[in-house]
Amino acid sequence: MDIFLQQIINGLVQGSIYALVALGYTMVYGIMGLINFAHGEVVMIGTLVTITVAGTLIKAGMPVVLAAMAGISVSVLVCIALGWGLERIAYRPLRNAPRLTPLITAIGMSIILQNLAMIVWGRNYLTFPPLFPKVHFELAGAHFTAVQVMIVLVSAITMGGLILLVYRTKLGMAMRATAQNPAVASLMGVNINRVIAAAFVIGSALGALAGIMVGSYYEIAHYQMGFMLGLKAFTAAVLGGIGNLAGAMIGGILLGLIEALGAGYIGDLTGGFLGSHYQDIFAFVVLIGVLMFKPSGLFGEKSGDRA
Amino acid sequence: MHAKLSIVALSVAAAFALSACGQKDAPPPVAAPAAPAAPAAKPEVVVKLGHVAPMTGPQAHLGKDNENGAVLAIEELNAKGLEIGGAKVKFELMAEDDQADPKQGSIVAQKLVDAKVNGVIGHLNSGTTIPASKLYADAGIPQISGSATNPKYTQQGFATAFRVMANDVQQGKVLGEFAAKQGVKTVAIVDDRSAYGQGLADEFKKAAEASGIKVVANEYTNDKATDFKAILTKIKSTKAELVFFGGMDAQGGPMTKQMRELGIKAKFLGGDGVCTPEFMKLGGEASEGNYCSLPGMPLEKLAKGPAFKERFTKRFGADIQLYSPYVYDAVMVMVDSMQRANSVESGKFLPEIGKTKFDGVTALIEFDQLGDLKGGAISLYQYKGGKLEYVETMGGSAIDLAKSEVKDAVAAVKEAGSAVAGAASEAGQQVGKDAAKAGAEINDAAKAAVAAGADAVKGAAEATKAAVEKK
Repeated sequence: MDIFLQQIINGLVQGSIYALVALGYTMVYGIMGLINFAHGEVVMIGTLVTITVAGTLIKAGMPVVLAAMAGISVSVLVCIALGWGLERIAYRPLRNAPRLTPLITAIGMSIILQNLAMIVWGRNYLTFPPLFPKVHFELAGAHFTAVQVMIVLVSAITMGGLILLVYRTKLGMAMRATAQNPAVASLMGVNINRVIAAAFVIGSALGALAGIMVGSYYEIAHYQMGFMLGLKAFTAAVLGGIGNLAGAMIGGILLGLIEALGAGYIGDLTGGFLGSHYQDIFAFVVLIGVLMFKPSGLFGEKSGDRA
Repeated sequence: MHAKLSIVALSVAAAFALSACGQKDAPPPVAAPAAPAAPAAKPEVVVKLGHVAPMTGPQAHLGKDNENGAVLAIEELNAKGLEIGGAKVKFELMAEDDQADPKQGSIVAQKLVDAKVNGVIGHLNSGTTIPASKLYADAGIPQISGSATNPKYTQQGFATAFRVMANDVQQGKVLGEFAAKQGVKTVAIVDDRSAYGQGLADEFKKAAEASGIKVVANEYTNDKATDFKAILTKIKSTKAELVFFGGMDAQGGPMTKQMRELGIKAKFLGGDGVCTPEFMKLGGEASEGNYCSLPGMPLEKLAKGPAFKERFTKRFGADIQLYSPYVYDAVMVMVDSMQRANSVESGKFLPEIGKTKFDGVTALIEFDQLGDLKGGAISLYQYKGGKLEYVETMGGSAIDLAKSEVKDAVAAVKEAGSAVAGAASEAGQQVGKDAAKAGAEINDAAKAAVAAGADAVKGAAEATKAAVEKK
């Protein structure tokens, strides 16, 4: 029984990371109808920038707390700039193009960012500097660390903050209006360009935070880590209903739990036929299942059915 | 609605296609004319040797290390200015990237075959070497691998397939026996489902079960994974005493870290894939105290080892990761065969490779009829203080073992000699009757020390003689 609790904890932590990244996908899709495949790479760059900044500062003798704060701030800023740049350079010119074009551009930007990261940071796996205290907890036979607790907490707080933003502020109202109908929203005086830029900026900031969480959790990073993570987070967003914020959060956590429990128990369930190396298939089986049986996801699409 | 659905489905298909393509970062091959230059004093011939290893991806550091070994060998050979078959020979390396992916490995192998290379050093991973070996065998291009340890590589029966280190049958056996020697009763086996990882884990399982160890779990991952919490949690519930991992350091390092985080007290044992500085870097403190194995003997104990290490570090400014000494030897063996056959054509020097008896950096290299190294040894190491500490060597040729023992004995005698010198200088400072007394004592001690040293050398020499006679 104690490993069931352990698997739940593993799944929750993994799921929180997916949820944070999925929010970036869902916000952009809700407003623009574009799946930003380069978002996984933004997360990866967030991690690598933190490694460089915090790592150099720690080596230079700065206390870990200050270096961590500096690293996190710089990486969030870099990712915000990157997200804004992506929108401005790659997506805005294609605002009125057929739907497929920005999609292909997104994939292209993803490849460009991966290779840029490979050139700048090299091909090897890099070690993430330990920014958070290594404290161990034990609860009913399950082990978890301070980093894991922090990941869940930070995710919860940021997601709460985002819900507040979208439902209680003027910017949030503008975003919801643009998601419903951009033409009418602009007629009502909403600056569409600023709203879209804001969506990218906020999504990228969340992505940077997710990148820092992933780096602290696994303590390694490399230029290709964003690809799989992005795909799974996208699956999580689809699972929850892409375009729906609460859906992305719940979808992310649900996907994390499914993966953890699935990988842990698949050997037993199938009598050894399928082993735990099929861990990655859960995300994609879920994706296929959702698209086949309930394409609008668990919580349906956000208002604005632009068929 | 349908438009959105198809967009989503298309994008997922595109993502899958992306993952299949990956990053194509193969460096352009060094273009070299095969025709000899305009006749000067002697005709010049360019010999192209292909080298394949993962230059991008999680094992890029190992691929670069291999390439460095090959580059060092080629530079030294070119500096010697060899003459083969009446022509001055210039060696060139065609370095390719197979990304540790069997599909990519075959594509690159075909590329080298089409470029009509004289020989191939590689590949690095067993998973890519085995499918590529068929292509080289069909083209008659000799292939010597410095790192592919899966037994199937030579069991295919290709006349062109060779390797310069022990294979996983020996490695798995040694690891299994070592685990039993350490008193382990239960083991959980994890492998990365690559040809190498799976092969090694299977051999280890056979040996462990034969030694009476119970295998309580079989878990799997892949060679790109970073998260092992799910399978480690499952292993934790089995309360295994030892976790054996068949795979590479890019997975092994984080795995030990996550084992520590989950509170798993079991020890970690791995093969040559995790026996690298990179493993200790990625695993951090969690890697301390665990064991791994490497083919061959530690470089410091080999006659040419320290000199090679010095040349390597001077040339590249980097530590030896894992296989570069073997790749270096592989190049040397291939060129040595060319010299003995007095020809650089694959068809002519291929038969000579089988008759090799070459004193390389890593061992005295001789091949058996399948192309495996004769008398390959496996050494066990422990991770201590961020370094690999040598534990013992099992298997292997008696000659190599005896040679290293002689080397140890000589070092011991040298130490004894310097100790005597030190004692003598101390005694020289004493005056009066003490001097005479001390002198007599030193005389006795010296006699005893030299006698002991001589006995050690004699004993080692006798062992060598016995080994030679046995052979």
